[in-house]
Amino acid sequence: MSELLIEEKNIVIPGEEIAKGMDFLPSTGTFREGESIFSKNLGLLEVRKHVIKVIPLKGNYMPKGGDDVVGIVRDIGFSTWSIDIGCPYHINLTVSDAVKEYVDLSKADISKYFDIGDIISVKVTNVTKSKMISLTMKSYGARKLEGGRLLKISYSKVPRLIGKKGSMIGMIKEKTNCRIHVGQNGYIWINGPAEGQSLVERAVDMIEAQAHTSGLTDRVKEMLEGVKND
Amino acid sequence: MTKRPDNRKPDEIRPMEAEVGVIEQADGSAMFKVGDTIAMAGVYGPTNVLPRHMEDPEKAIIRSYYDLYPFSVPERKRPGPNRRSVELSMVIKNAVLPSIFVKEYPKTQIELYTNIIQANAGTRCAAISAASLALADAGIAMRDIVSSVAVGHYKDQVVVDINKEEEDIADATDIPIAYMPRMKKITLLQLDGKLPNKKMKEVIKLGIKSCEKVYDVQKNALKKKYQNMGE
Repeated sequence: MSELLIEEKNIVIPGEEIAKGMDFLPSTGTFREGESIFSKNLGLLEVRKHVIKVIPLKGNYMPKGGDDVVGIVRDIGFSTWSIDIGCPYHINLTVSDAVKEYVDLSKADISKYFDIGDIISVKVTNVTKSKMISLTMKSYGARKLEGGRLLKISYSKVPRLIGKKGSMIGMIKEKTNCRIHVGQNGYIWINGPAEGQSLVERAVDMIEAQAHTSGLTDRVKEMLEGVKND
Repeated sequence: MTKRPDNRKPDEIRPMEAEVGVIEQADGSAMFKVGDTIAMAGVYGPTNVLPRHMEDPEKAIIRSYYDLYPFSVPERKRPGPNRRSVELSMVIKNAVLPSIFVKEYPKTQIELYTNIIQANAGTRCAAISAASLALADAGIAMRDIVSSVAVGHYKDQVVVDINKEEEDIADATDIPIAYMPRMKKITLLQLDGKLPNKKMKEVIKLGIKSCEKVYDVQKNALKKKYQNMGE
């Protein structure tokens, strides 16, 4: 007999028993011990049929293959850039992964492609067991993000910032006239009019604080419209 | 049976309070208060390890720093680490380590700061309880929450959570216990003093029972943080 002990959308704490029996499958944020499934993180419980998932409410980003992220160029080497994507590991982006044309390294200065402080949109191709991380710019949407500035949000709140089928981010873009690019690591690039940028910042802060509550899109919309009319 | 100085029952813990997310700049933080003892914990990480040679390719390393604030004790404590605080840092680290999935964070470090704001016996236990809450708040993957309490023995009786007054009674011994309630495992058991052979079982039994009470307070604190925030 399998049974679910806690209802969906409840807050669970590490080590809390979520379900008994082998009919349920543990997904991210959970683990199985004996016949039961327990939570690994402090987070929101999500149940899809028989797959159990816990979405952490906080925590540092851990990269995985296939993620589209936003990064900052921190240093330039002979043939690589070192990129900060908000994870604990050192990441290099090589010239061959970044530039389409042939680059003669004996003559070229690669800072003409990306310089220190530049913000780029990039894809994580692979993460090995020993956490060697490779990035590529040869992917749809991967490019240098010109101008603008960077905001940060907890990576686990990115789905909330985007919303169902992009409803939240679309609404924010429309109300603030800003261009926004969200990476799965929680780095957000924004560019646009100054008033719009400060509005985006307020909206992001609001989502960071209230990501676990329902009806958030409406409240953010209200806030953005309220400020505009003042 | 002799009365306790503050008229508590032998199995009565001083009033407890716990709060999560008290330090905004930290990745995770918590306050744990038992009677007049107040502990604060802050967690930073997982981050990259510096110096690099200390990193472990298989798992995260925990760096623990415990200290008393100068104003936490009746006579001013000189700030900075000393023999006692270095030892207790290690004790706290070893007590919380079994609860963390360190293998999920290879080549990283997790920094754990525990500070005592006000001391009235049982500071290492309050620090462990706070540290475990702070780790959970930081979103670190854990098997269980660690709860901790000190059991004491004096005048031939076993009592839980002794305060400073009881600690100063001649022949008083305290036995700090840390326990993972779900896994039913003890992660810390210290004994600095004398205890009759036969009493050890009683001490551990009372310790485990009391740790479960601490666990309820911790659990409520973690859940309360997010229930209050949604209007």
